[in-house]
Amino acid sequence: MLKVETLTKSFGGVTAVSDVTFEVTKGTIHAVIGPNGAGKTTLFNLITGVYTPSSGSIRFEGQEIGGEAPEKLAALGMSRTFQNLQISMNLSAIENVMTGAHLGLNSSVVAGLLGLASFGGREKATRIRAAEAMEFVGCGAYIGAEARSMPYGALKRLEIARALMANPRILFLDEPAAGLNHTETHEIEDLIAQLGKTGVTVVLVEHDMKLVMNVSDRIVVLDYGKKLAEGTPAEIRVNPDVVAAYLGAESEGV
Amino acid sequence: MNDASTSSILGRASPETAAAALATAPSLATRHAPTLVLVAVLAVLPLVLPNAFYFDVVIRIMANAVLAIALNLLIGYCGQISLGHAGFFGLGAYGSAILTTHYDWKAPVALVVSAAVVGVLAWIVARVILRLKGHYLAMATLGLGIIVTIVLTNESSLTGGPDGMAVGDLSVFGIRLYGERVWYPVFAGLLVVAILVAGNLVESPAGRALRALHGSEVAARVVGIDTASFKTRVFVLSAVVAAIMGSLTAHYLGFITPQVASFHKSVELVTMVVVGGMASIWGSVFGAALLSLLPDLLAHFEGFETVIFGVILVATMIFLPRGIVPSLLRLIRREG
Repeated sequence: MLKVETLTKSFGGVTAVSDVTFEVTKGTIHAVIGPNGAGKTTLFNLITGVYTPSSGSIRFEGQEIGGEAPEKLAALGMSRTFQNLQISMNLSAIENVMTGAHLGLNSSVVAGLLGLASFGGREKATRIRAAEAMEFVGCGAYIGAEARSMPYGALKRLEIARALMANPRILFLDEPAAGLNHTETHEIEDLIAQLGKTGVTVVLVEHDMKLVMNVSDRIVVLDYGKKLAEGTPAEIRVNPDVVAAYLGAESEGV
Repeated sequence: MNDASTSSILGRASPETAAAALATAPSLATRHAPTLVLVAVLAVLPLVLPNAFYFDVVIRIMANAVLAIALNLLIGYCGQISLGHAGFFGLGAYGSAILTTHYDWKAPVALVVSAAVVGVLAWIVARVILRLKGHYLAMATLGLGIIVTIVLTNESSLTGGPDGMAVGDLSVFGIRLYGERVWYPVFAGLLVVAILVAGNLVESPAGRALRALHGSEVAARVVGIDTASFKTRVFVLSAVVAAIMGSLTAHYLGFITPQVASFHKSVELVTMVVVGGMASIWGSVFGAALLSLLPDLLAHFEGFETVIFGVILVATMIFLPRGIVPSLLRLIRREG
């Protein structure tokens, strides 16, 4: 479904992502892990169009998408969340989620001015679906809330609800459990597993190893921008290179 | 597309969820009640205003309010600053003045053509500038406004130069618009329409997209909002409104000078938006009223009016930082 080949991104002299190749199969949960600064978020930003690759190719269902604008990728069925929250605090919680359905609505400014865009009940249906998405991700208590009055953990879920509104074919989650406590992390893990069961393809970047090992079908390990290993959780757990990268020791010495 | 997707988890809302969702939608009553009050006030005012001077004051407030509402869509909702809106206003005013006076065009045609030309000009500026991040639009519009003032001042064969030029009357459907009492319902109608359509836009998917991109541009883009296109469209919209108001004001006043396009006027418009309340349509109405009335009210402080004007503005920003209307609404909600 998604094919990343020899993808490279340099910022001046620093190569954040170097020659990375991997493939994501439809309907699986794929994790990208690696120590801090390994280039995970850069990789995400490249695939979702926030950054333009220096070289290499990204193919989504056979179509080259490297360097495409994020709004074009959204139309192809890509959704994502952000590690550092990207919520519009000037909107209410449910309005944030409703923006996720933007592409399915009449977004003409003229229709908006004349009040025509809300006709036909689509706006109403979107509002109901947004409330449903909020309940699905576990922030149903905040349906009537302003985004700026919500706690951090709920805002992380709100981002997932917004991403779901577009009916994505592939969903990118950038550190969904970052900054969450033990219980919250566990709930996010359940949520991701549940998403996986619906058949949507999930790619996630995450630091919490327990979560990654529990939910992922496949794992890509990055270190210093390069792909260090790839495999199932069981394979990754015993991979000597991965152990060395994480513990900072020679694998023989562990 | 029979693709596996998350659509299977949505679309089965319980009645409770649906009710909770619909309760978050702004009701028509709360949206339109203030507008009805305004319509009532505007209908009664002509009966109590003692003379043409007061009619003129109210007309100026209404014209400024329409301008401020359109500018607020850009500044308050979209997060982009224009420091050259008086330039668009001036182009509309002089477009109508020159085309009707020197070329004998019919006034309504001149108005529409001027507005269209301003729209195209704004679109070109926006296409070039809005690709850049940050407040380049403020810089570009500042420059554009200054250029407009210089051209209007120096092209004296067409514009009369700094001395200004006379503008003929506007006739629509055989009705000649002349005098404060005739113009009053025109501007009052425009104000009510501006409030209604701006309110519609803000609550529409397009308006939500605008507000969303103001909050987080990258989040807006990844859900498919073409942020550059939205900013462009709103900028063009606000520029065209400014041009139309410029044309109408020129016909109403009957005489214009390059001062209508001055930087001072641009700043005044931005001040109306900010003091009244960013992202608040009613804030723009109050901001326009306050900024239009203050100079007159402070006139008998001879020599100190500018100082007092400044103090009022600074105090507003310190004590009501979100602008007058949003701050007061918050206070009322907290009390109640």
